[in-house]
Amino acid sequence: MKNIFTLAQMTFREAIRRRIVLTGLLLGICFLITYSIGFHYIYTSVRAAETSLQNSSQPKAVVRIADTEGVNTLLLAGLYAVTFLSIAMAALLAADTLAGEINSGTIQTIVTKPIRRMDVVFGKWFGFASLLLLYFLLMAGGTVLSIWIQTGYAPNHLITGLGLIYFEAILVMTISMACSSAFSALATGGIVFGLYGLGFIGGWIEQFGAMLQNQTAIKVGIIASLIIPSESLWKRAAFEMQTPLAGVLGMSPFSTVSVPSPLMIGYTVLYLLVMLTVAIRVFEKRDI
Amino acid sequence: MNTHAIETNELRKVFGEKAAVKGLTLQVKQGEVFGFLGPNGAGKTTSIKMLLGLVAPTSGSASLLGAPVGNRAALTHMGFLPEHFRFQDWLTAQEFLELHGRLYGMNQLDINARIDELLERVGLSDFRNKFLRTFSKGMLQRIGLAQAILNHPRLVFLDEPTSGLDPVGRRLVRDIIHELRADGTSVFLNSHLLSEIEVTCDRVAFIRHGEVVRVMELSTLNAGQISVSIRAGNLSPQAANGLSQWGTDIQVNDGQVTMSLSNELVMPEITRYLVAQGAEVFALTPTHLSLEEIFIETVGKDGGL
Repeated sequence: MKNIFTLAQMTFREAIRRRIVLTGLLLGICFLITYSIGFHYIYTSVRAAETSLQNSSQPKAVVRIADTEGVNTLLLAGLYAVTFLSIAMAALLAADTLAGEINSGTIQTIVTKPIRRMDVVFGKWFGFASLLLLYFLLMAGGTVLSIWIQTGYAPNHLITGLGLIYFEAILVMTISMACSSAFSALATGGIVFGLYGLGFIGGWIEQFGAMLQNQTAIKVGIIASLIIPSESLWKRAAFEMQTPLAGVLGMSPFSTVSVPSPLMIGYTVLYLLVMLTVAIRVFEKRDI
Repeated sequence: MNTHAIETNELRKVFGEKAAVKGLTLQVKQGEVFGFLGPNGAGKTTSIKMLLGLVAPTSGSASLLGAPVGNRAALTHMGFLPEHFRFQDWLTAQEFLELHGRLYGMNQLDINARIDELLERVGLSDFRNKFLRTFSKGMLQRIGLAQAILNHPRLVFLDEPTSGLDPVGRRLVRDIIHELRADGTSVFLNSHLLSEIEVTCDRVAFIRHGEVVRVMELSTLNAGQISVSIRAGNLSPQAANGLSQWGTDIQVNDGQVTMSLSNELVMPEITRYLVAQGAEVFALTPTHLSLEEIFIETVGKDGGL
């Protein structure tokens, strides 16, 4: 346990020293500023339109619903971007870790210490997981906070939704580590983004399939999400946080028509454990 | 009780079709400095990596400090300086040694005391808080050496420890190896620099094509095999042929004979023989074989390629 902590700390320190934390922080703040300003102007225009609506004969309830739906959609759009950025961060952080250190040879003096190779994998995993948590809290927390300050709106099931998105980043990070134990950093990056792209397009095929009630399209989407279940975590998160009306209508691009079941979430947890086991096993067997 | 620091039995490593190490069998005694010699590509680094558990052998077995390869209790008492000393260059010298001390399982007090002592020893006290990325090759090798002996090891592997060092640095490594031996530490030294091996090692193994072809005590280097050159006139071919009863590698060239003897005590006998054969003996000059000559003789001029 002590070794895992030492190695997690080392991983954390490496990210700070190599300015990964600093650049993530600066660009993250840029993102949040842009998002907040953009939201402010969009929301002001929407408000102006609503005022003219209010002067018309529309009932007040309709106006309030339109208001909530608009804000929710913009919030989910922001969180969707945050999800993508977190995933990119997760993939890039982990892609070079085992592959890069085996390649450069820095790993040689580490694994010849009285520690298990498994400890190296766990240590790095915890190090990355805590880095990603900080990054995600900044990005997702900043997005939600910005909306809340400007409108007083917070979505339903916020903690569950954000938890699922964070879990998606952890899943991608674990897949990246598993690949990195066997392949070069570049190949790992290619594989992880390729898989993510597959999950992404599969998710949308399933979404449109559900809207159009085309069973084959839904099946294609499900198969894609079994190969790489990352997108289904986003879809479940969006389902948790969307407004009830959006769920019923299924019209907004960020609302979810085909909702991943709790069973799918269970599958995802299992998938992550398998990937972590692969990372450990491959790294244990590998000649360094 | 196992008296060997290292004992290997037919260690073999095959990469694809090529056997990098064909069958390594050797023993290194506790407290000795053991030189591991061989031409490039002879399988030296792969052998070290197998002993340290970095590379899994295809077959064969090995024990280090009485335990099988990879045993964590044994690894606590071992140190390793890799050939391509690449380290966490985003750490300072102090942090680097701290990290490795923790991984050895040392407590913070021991680590701190040992860091002070070793930074002084390897001449890097002034660079304690400098990042390793600013270090020269020689400085990295020095800090790597400090890392390898941080835990007061009972067995140290040094893979080409002087490759990046100037003469002062080489001297330092030699002195540290002498100190380690004085402390009873076994040192497994892989080096190309035979002159260094000659002054630091107790025994050496020559390895070629992944096999040990010869093991010798270096203390016998001076007492043992010598080369003798004979200058004599009127030397008949029959008389020259007759020299083979005392030595090998006889080369006759215009009244000049060179040959290898296993023992210099036979020289008076050779002189008497030549005189009896009617030769006019001007000089009999013994020269001790250097390790380099033995190396060339053992692994061949082609370097085993």
